[in-house]
Amino acid sequence: MSEGTLYDKVWDRHKVADLPNGQDQLFIGLHLIHEVTSPQPFSELRERGIEVPYPERNVATVDHIVPTRPEGRERPLADESAEGMLTALERNTSETGIQFYGLDSEKQGITHVVAPELGLTQPGMTVVCGDSHTATHGAFGAIAFGIGTSQVRDVLASQCIAADKAEVRRIEVDGTLGPGVHSKDLILKIIAELGVDGGVGYVYEYGGEAVRDLSMEERLAVCNMSIEGGARAGYINPDETTYEFLRGREFAPEGGAFEERKAYWESVASDADAEYDDVVHLDADGLEPMVTWGTNPGQAVGVSDPVPAPADLPEGEREAARTAQDHTGVTPGEPMAGYDIDVAFLGTCTNGRASDFREAAAVLEGREVHDEVRALAVPGSQTVKSTLEAEGVDDVFRAAGFDWREAGCSMCLAMNDDSLEGDERCASSSNRNYVGRQGSKDGRTVLMSPAMVAAAAVKGEVTDVRDMEVGA
Amino acid sequence: MKVRRVAGTGVPLRGDDIDTDQIIPARFLKTTTWEGLDEYAFYDARRDDEGELNDHPFNEYRGANLLVVNDNFGCGSSREHAPRALARWGVEAIVGESFAEIFADNCKSLGIPAATTDAETVTELQDFIEENPKAGIELDVVDETVTYDGTTVDVDIPEAMRGALVQGIWDTVALLRSNMDAVDTTAADLPYVDSR
Repeated sequence: MSEGTLYDKVWDRHKVADLPNGQDQLFIGLHLIHEVTSPQPFSELRERGIEVPYPERNVATVDHIVPTRPEGRERPLADESAEGMLTALERNTSETGIQFYGLDSEKQGITHVVAPELGLTQPGMTVVCGDSHTATHGAFGAIAFGIGTSQVRDVLASQCIAADKAEVRRIEVDGTLGPGVHSKDLILKIIAELGVDGGVGYVYEYGGEAVRDLSMEERLAVCNMSIEGGARAGYINPDETTYEFLRGREFAPEGGAFEERKAYWESVASDADAEYDDVVHLDADGLEPMVTWGTNPGQAVGVSDPVPAPADLPEGEREAARTAQDHTGVTPGEPMAGYDIDVAFLGTCTNGRASDFREAAAVLEGREVHDEVRALAVPGSQTVKSTLEAEGVDDVFRAAGFDWREAGCSMCLAMNDDSLEGDERCASSSNRNYVGRQGSKDGRTVLMSPAMVAAAAVKGEVTDVRDMEVGA
Repeated sequence: MKVRRVAGTGVPLRGDDIDTDQIIPARFLKTTTWEGLDEYAFYDARRDDEGELNDHPFNEYRGANLLVVNDNFGCGSSREHAPRALARWGVEAIVGESFAEIFADNCKSLGIPAATTDAETVTELQDFIEENPKAGIELDVVDETVTYDGTTVDVDIPEAMRGALVQGIWDTVALLRSNMDAVDTTAADLPYVDSR
């Protein structure tokens, strides 16, 4: 078993007790709540007469079901089910004294975008949410993972969950990402290499030169998709990049308290001689922008590489590849570059941060979205939106022909008005390309970085962004 | 309630990496209760282009309670609605090559054993069910075996899941709340938590 890693240290600090079923009782430092996975737990607590013991360690916002058209956000919401979920969350948070950033808040947005930007997520914490992309928060050196609804109930009732300790796999990435290549490409490469179930039973510790060089926003995108590789959590050890990001954030400590807290953050980082259950090496040098050709996030190639022929894949992957290619309509041996797209979607908890839109805007500057492409820009939070509007980035998107929206999960999972129609092919900055994920069972999602989405929007086809003059 | 064995008939569902969006599409999660989720289990896969029910196993094997799946079942979204929809449809136990972790945790929360075995054993079991849809199958949670057609094969159930099921302690609220003093002590020792 691993020893001396951040995972070991944070786990030990948060372990409350051994449970009779052999699991550990783990204290949860930050519980993020949204409207989809919380109504039933709150109802159960009410029925059982249980009060929330640590309301201040729980924070709620609304993201999955909210309309992203400005005119669609008037209350009551037109969709009665969505209105019901929102009303339930308003009541549940107000009755329990939990902070809620609702549609009327300038801080509303996707849980995994809001918590980092408010400084709620900090190193050395345990963070959970009823959403698999909670892994995002590991970018700060927190142990962060998604939980089911019954576990949401457990956290509300006790601020704890019953959990099994995982093994730790260190993913060491040497080298440097080239121009036009982003952290999204890196994580897609990692998942393609290790498989969508390669991380089951593991937590991923990302390190090495290429990871150290990433900004916090880029680190968040890497950790976000840990779950797509089967790892329930992924993290990056805290360093100066982490501390600088946190300084001055609303919920970060101030002045002397910041320095004191920093001592704790530094103390939980993995030791130089930490022991891992597994170590994997990758090289960022020469990495291409990545795109998916199939129906899971691991079915990805470099944009100029040929789509693999099923017969050339390991036996266990052939049938899935055939089924996937039948669905996505791609031809083995051809690169993904050149396939027409119908929709371009920028946003989500993976790539809905200000830096993502700035990277895309650099590509869009002075250009227009292709005639036959429907293009959506959906900021991950209202803070992201107002920041970009203050910089004039929204003007670049509007001028290019993007629809500029309000914050929410939008067509990542299509629990709102935004959805693919028929067999539309979508260049998407989201995290999942499973069949039906974007709201149409025949829809086709091609995952890529925000810069690549912008390039595809302009060309009307999957395009290597490095072939376009950018940031002139 | 203790879950020591699940006996009944099987439903084979082939394919690797079947994610929770396929088990229950996101548009059916807009609910504040768990009512009626059985209607939505594999909703899109169970219908043809005209909306008519097709020959999907969840249409063909109604009344079955042991689901037999392949690799990495339940990956993707954390939604507990997925095992809840399966359970409301009638699934009481799942045997597969492997499960995504959050999905397996959710099964445990609902008292549904999720047992694993090798690919060959899973395929044999799926073949057997397709040829003998009415034949009895039994999962023994205590002994970690599956018995069908006079054959008994070994399966694995993670110790925490097996312990919880066999002892009937998968409803963890009371368990966790019985340690609130220790919770407060652990919390008070964390530099970022204000004492309660």
